[in-house]
Amino acid sequence: MMPLMAARVTVGAKVDDARSRTYLRTLKALLPKSKLKEISVVASYTIDAKLTRTELKRLAECLTDPKTEISSLVGVCAPKRYAYAIEIGFHPGVTDNVGRTAREMIELALGKKLAGGEGVYSSRFIFLIGALSRREAEAIARELHNPLIERVDLYRQGEPVPVRVPKVALSGRAGVEKVDLEVSDKELQRIGKEGIVSPDGSRRGPLALSMSAMKTIQAHFHALGRKPTDIELESIAQTWSEHCKHTIFADPIDEIEEGIYKRYIKGATERIRKAKGKNDFCISVFKDNSGGIRFDEKHLVTHKVETHNSPSALDPFGGAITGVVGVNRDCLGFGLGAKPIANIYGFCVADPADDRSFFRDKEKLQPLLPARRILEGVVRGINSGGNESGIPTPLGFVATDPRYRGKPLVFAGTVGLMPLRSRGRILHKKSARPGDLVVVAGGRVGLDGIHGATFSSEALASGSPATAVQIGDPITQKKLSDALIREARDLGLYTSITDNGAGGISCSVAEMAKESGGCEVDIDRVPLKYQGLSPWQVWISESQERMTLSVPKKNWQKLKKLFERHGVEAAAIGEFTRSGRCVVRARRKVIMDLSMDFLHDGRPVERLRTKKVVRKHVEPTRKERGIELDKTLLILLARPNVGSTAFIAEQYDHEVQGTSVTKPLSGKGRVHVDAAVLRPLHESDRGIVLSHGFAPWYSDIDTYAMAAASIDIAVRNALAAGAARDRIAILDNFCWSTSNTPERLYELKRAARAVYDIAVGYGTPYISGKDSMYNDFRGFSERGEAVHIAAPPTLLISAIAVIDDVRQIQTPDFKMAGDFVYILGETNDELGGSEYFATLGKVGNAVPRVQTAKNRRTYDALTRSIARGHIASALSIGRGGLCVALAKAAIGGQLGADVSLARLPGAARSADSLLFSESLGRVLVSVRPHTTADFERHMKGIACSYLGVVGGERLRVELHKRSFTLPVRVLSGAYRKPFRDW
Amino acid sequence: MTKPRAVIFSGYGLNTEDETKSVFESVGADADIVHINDVVSRPAILARAQIAVFPGGFSYGDHTGSGKAYGTMLRRKLGRELERFLARNTLAIGICNGFQILTSAGLLPGALVGNDGGRYLCRWVDLKVVGKSPWLEGIETLSVPIAHGEGKYVAPKSELDEIEKKGNVALTYVEGEISRHFALPHNPNGASRDIAGVTSHGGRVLGLMPHPERAVRFTQLPHWTYLRERYIRDGADMPAAGPGLTMFRNAVRYFA
Repeated sequence: MMPLMAARVTVGAKVDDARSRTYLRTLKALLPKSKLKEISVVASYTIDAKLTRTELKRLAECLTDPKTEISSLVGVCAPKRYAYAIEIGFHPGVTDNVGRTAREMIELALGKKLAGGEGVYSSRFIFLIGALSRREAEAIARELHNPLIERVDLYRQGEPVPVRVPKVALSGRAGVEKVDLEVSDKELQRIGKEGIVSPDGSRRGPLALSMSAMKTIQAHFHALGRKPTDIELESIAQTWSEHCKHTIFADPIDEIEEGIYKRYIKGATERIRKAKGKNDFCISVFKDNSGGIRFDEKHLVTHKVETHNSPSALDPFGGAITGVVGVNRDCLGFGLGAKPIANIYGFCVADPADDRSFFRDKEKLQPLLPARRILEGVVRGINSGGNESGIPTPLGFVATDPRYRGKPLVFAGTVGLMPLRSRGRILHKKSARPGDLVVVAGGRVGLDGIHGATFSSEALASGSPATAVQIGDPITQKKLSDALIREARDLGLYTSITDNGAGGISCSVAEMAKESGGCEVDIDRVPLKYQGLSPWQVWISESQERMTLSVPKKNWQKLKKLFERHGVEAAAIGEFTRSGRCVVRARRKVIMDLSMDFLHDGRPVERLRTKKVVRKHVEPTRKERGIELDKTLLILLARPNVGSTAFIAEQYDHEVQGTSVTKPLSGKGRVHVDAAVLRPLHESDRGIVLSHGFAPWYSDIDTYAMAAASIDIAVRNALAAGAARDRIAILDNFCWSTSNTPERLYELKRAARAVYDIAVGYGTPYISGKDSMYNDFRGFSERGEAVHIAAPPTLLISAIAVIDDVRQIQTPDFKMAGDFVYILGETNDELGGSEYFATLGKVGNAVPRVQTAKNRRTYDALTRSIARGHIASALSIGRGGLCVALAKAAIGGQLGADVSLARLPGAARSADSLLFSESLGRVLVSVRPHTTADFERHMKGIACSYLGVVGGERLRVELHKRSFTLPVRVLSGAYRKPFRDW
Repeated sequence: MTKPRAVIFSGYGLNTEDETKSVFESVGADADIVHINDVVSRPAILARAQIAVFPGGFSYGDHTGSGKAYGTMLRRKLGRELERFLARNTLAIGICNGFQILTSAGLLPGALVGNDGGRYLCRWVDLKVVGKSPWLEGIETLSVPIAHGEGKYVAPKSELDEIEKKGNVALTYVEGEISRHFALPHNPNGASRDIAGVTSHGGRVLGLMPHPERAVRFTQLPHWTYLRERYIRDGADMPAAGPGLTMFRNAVRYFA
């Protein structure tokens, strides 16, 4: 650190500042007893550069809007009186987007670039005004920062406030080490588990290589007669990882030699595509960064959904924003590049009211963030990632369960649009050719995300970079995206492209090298954020916002200039070859030379075994079920799994790009939709329907039922919005836990079987998928006891369908008084795993089952009925059952209804089953009165029943001998309760 | 009728260029998306254009304040060219981030700060036309979406009085069809005097926080599936256009 050189500019508001008021509101809610009166937030920029006084004045001016702000170069712009000032800044090496923009502005103002070692860092001061104790100030500071990525300093008024420069200072050797594998089995295992030993004796972090993998590597290098280098070993570990190779889905399991993926997922898709024949709409499935289906004669659409769970547990904001910009690159990296046209999100979290504390260590020095802050952080992350990228977010969900407390599941998906051809080239095909340059474009490389998920407190020593988490930078990526999709792609300047995600360039370059047959990389040419990185670190770093391209030599100068015009940094770091080898050089010396065959196909197959488990649960007693029906409905509506999360939907831009057809909140009463409709082309009414399905609660009873339900729900959500069954494609995201146990593998196998059966039953092919197998938290409770929290086995199914005319689509809210209400599908006694049973603290056993043959007929009838103009609203019945569905349609339309459930199709008889059973295959519709006769004729032979009439200000529900009435106003109040203060 | 040429600025995180271009083309303008660095290296691009568009987006991620960095760059690198452009009988518009950029660059009065709600907000609003501008000819009210985190219009009282007196307040948030339908407050961000848009250069330069380019089709309306039912039952056809389209037609007509 060189504080003497550094200057600081602070900028405060001189008009009423909403940011300060928001802080105050949040903190007052958290510390209701404190005497905190007011808060003042001040932005701070630390400039670590040799500048003259005049230059400093000039840059302060450029960072300040004189109409609304004041700035100070001498002291910190502080309020006259305050109790404490909290300064929060990043640890060295953490992505500082504000600092980067400030640097660009300063360079613009000064008309010169800052020198290599010079830097600009952002931080913020929060002044606490009121009679506060130091303890209270410390509690506030804890609430406002995340120690993993941020440092915090607390000053009392009058205390000097030193200028802090979070400059990365790397010490140690930045060389290449040879690793001795001719060691004992015990040591070999340790290397696989804990990592290579650094010269100082510490371990570098897990390679996550099994004993048999380590043995294979040992034998390989033994035969070569040499020791592997650290970069070779790290590279193999990345390429063979569960994350990259999906080993659990690929390896033989019990009698399934070809593995789960080939038999059940790819197998289902192959069979469905064959059956579809001419009507097969799949264009590129399972082989690229996203899956692609036909949109019209000239375009295709892509879809991909990712999870970013472990990073989101550590830094929810950084984890989620990186999740979005990461999956955006799966779209940019599809074929020669698709344009992202929609983002979707999903948060599986603990109820934010869950106030249990957990710790990573026995000493209780490393607490997990509170449940509330995890949700706040991931919500903000998707906000920043999506909004700043100019990609609409029309759809998403929040699901809660106490077992997501250890590790949240954060889903982020991106839909893309691409012309089928450009200047005669087929855009979804790509191939790096021998002789093409290896080009990396976008952000620079630091230690970000190396051995990402491993948490180490040593990483937080002063001067050493915090490497555990990455923070996405949407603006750097947007510049890259504009350069690629608006210009470079259609100029035909590159032959192949892929995203740098997990494993960084070690994976992307090696993956593309498969197309040409080899590669040679000069690691010294990779642009770095700071000096002092070892070659292996540069090779596997997961620094964000980077794409790898293969560029014919004759195009390189042109492409480089194009990138420069867009403010995008790019470097040629090597060449694709046909040598059959992956070669890396540092300082002209070969430091890695692996055969492509060994790197990609050398991983030993591990045979997986499963063990049957049957889960039985206690049923709620008759007495427990003797509840007041109307009260239960209100309780259900106010649960976070059902109630409104409008505060999320409305802070995500769903209008950008001008493609919106449905909004995430529908109807006068703004209820959540389960599907979104987009109209991606300005000149055509053709549309895309997106939806999702998930039912992790059913895993407690049977993972087959859970997976089957997830598919049915996704398909049905799309159908209710107006998609036709035979045009729906789906994506699978498995999030499992404890996947090293035969019992969980058994449950995985069962779920995979359902994934096959139901998709084949509905004729909906998979086009892409992903899995995350270890969503476990192992740590300690408040009392210091060891705890293991395993996320319930979760399958997210995302659906995408093309429709011919968006003017035909449906929304869930009741529209007009006098419309008739019908239910399609059967209601059975299927309360097992239901939200209703959860309110009783029970699971039960009768889990909902999917009947694909029956449902197909119902679904196709609904599609024809929508086309014939019968339907005014359609809502797929989901969590909470029919009664919650009725309430949501009523809240949405701000219109009551008078319905009788006395003659529902299906076997349900008890009042609570009729109301709250979560039987699948059901849709609630309201029918335009003048079409009723035609509608009923049309539904002959389908499980379909008339329920009643829309109208009035109340929902009246009649059962066999009972009835209840609730005003829509009361229903709306309950529905908005869970996140009312967010 | 001569086809006016619109230059739509891009780069550094602006992001609504594509839909803005489509709308201009649909009403008969030639529209080009041009990176600001290209305008800097070839100012003739601006000299040939009739309409300059600063579209919405997140230039520089709103870091250090929305529109500040792009606005500074615009002023420093293209200040004189823009002056020359506006000295001709041309039109300019700044939408959302483009509005923030134009106030930062000093081309429009006032400033935009964080929404009173403390966070980004995406919803529809109702607007009333209160000032004169070629962009707003013949429009009395219109409903369009907003999507911003820093959209609260502020200026010192004396300046507010002056821009009001001069007729430079173009649009205000009012209670109308949409806010009544969804029971939402009429002013979404706490803007002083409900100001949603302002003008300069005799109305030829318009800046506004709401997005008219996202309200050009009937099926973009937030309650169109509800309105559809009314049309069907009245035996009428659904309209095709949305309320924002007229502004773009006006711009093209200005050069007819």
